[in-house]
Amino acid sequence: MLYCRAMVADAPSVAGIPGAAREQELGPLLPLRAFPLIGVVLAGLVVAIAGDWAWALTFYHVVGGALWTSLDLFAGFVIGPILRSLSIPARIEFTKRFMPKMLVIMPTLVTMTLGAGFQLARQSGHLTSSDPRHAWVVASMCVVGVMAIVALALLSPANLAVLFELRKPQPNPEVVAGLMRRFVYAAGVTGAMQVATLVIMTRLAS
Amino acid sequence: MAGRRLPPVTQLGAASLACVAVGVIWLAAYLPKRAPLGVSVGFLAAAALLLAANAVLLSRVGAFAWGRFFQVLRWGLLAYLVVAGMLEYTFLYDHTRGAVLAVMTGMLVLFTVNVPLLMAFTVARHQAVEQPVGA
Repeated sequence: MLYCRAMVADAPSVAGIPGAAREQELGPLLPLRAFPLIGVVLAGLVVAIAGDWAWALTFYHVVGGALWTSLDLFAGFVIGPILRSLSIPARIEFTKRFMPKMLVIMPTLVTMTLGAGFQLARQSGHLTSSDPRHAWVVASMCVVGVMAIVALALLSPANLAVLFELRKPQPNPEVVAGLMRRFVYAAGVTGAMQVATLVIMTRLAS
Repeated sequence: MAGRRLPPVTQLGAASLACVAVGVIWLAAYLPKRAPLGVSVGFLAAAALLLAANAVLLSRVGAFAWGRFFQVLRWGLLAYLVVAGMLEYTFLYDHTRGAVLAVMTGMLVLFTVNVPLLMAFTVARHQAVEQPVGA
């Protein structure tokens, strides 16, 4: 998401106001202050993988996975129903603050979990097809595949579209509500997949 | 704007991504042995066909927020090219060679194009329509 600042300067006109000028006023699309922290987290992941350090890899995998699962379940099953019960202006206000953070936090957590997880699977031998627990690793790949499709094809584009809609002088409440509905349902699906992940991972670890 | 009839770009893009995911999981499931490539090649071809169909359908849309579409597509492609570059490096680092590397690279290319396309389409479909030149 490094492209957000450049998008600001590159935007088309809206309602007669030059796009670049208006969006400059609104500031960047994503919380840029978080980027250095994300850089440090991802650099740590690269070092952990390059060094093949079991403790660091386990830390990244467990912490990333726990946060990813918790956030997904919380968004799908707690935030979602609450959001549906709010008035449209309240939803817009919430979404304006919630979406930029999710667009930064979630990809970081997913990268931490999957990057470290793959390396751990190599280390433990579970990745080898002759390993007795290999089937569980393949099952977890299938679950991650479903989550990736939902996240990349539905969730992430909807998040971005909501952010663009909210930057308009008059956001269309119907568009925001429609995209948020998509977000909530998609988060529900990934939440259900997360339950499957919990079953697989606890089975693998026991 | 919301009532416009647009081609099923999201659905086709998601189906293309699903084909990529199945193809990659098939290859990964056989590690460290070499998987039979027929299945993965089939899914690669299906994913490419779906992406091509998406491109054709999109090119036939006249009135659309093309400015915003290409803006998001451009920056999305840049971001995902960085991701794809890192993934390709890991393939080479792990000594992936020959036909398997070709299939994996093909899958990576489709992934890299599909995701920004889906983002750009979803954003642009809710933007003010720009009339096509000459309309």
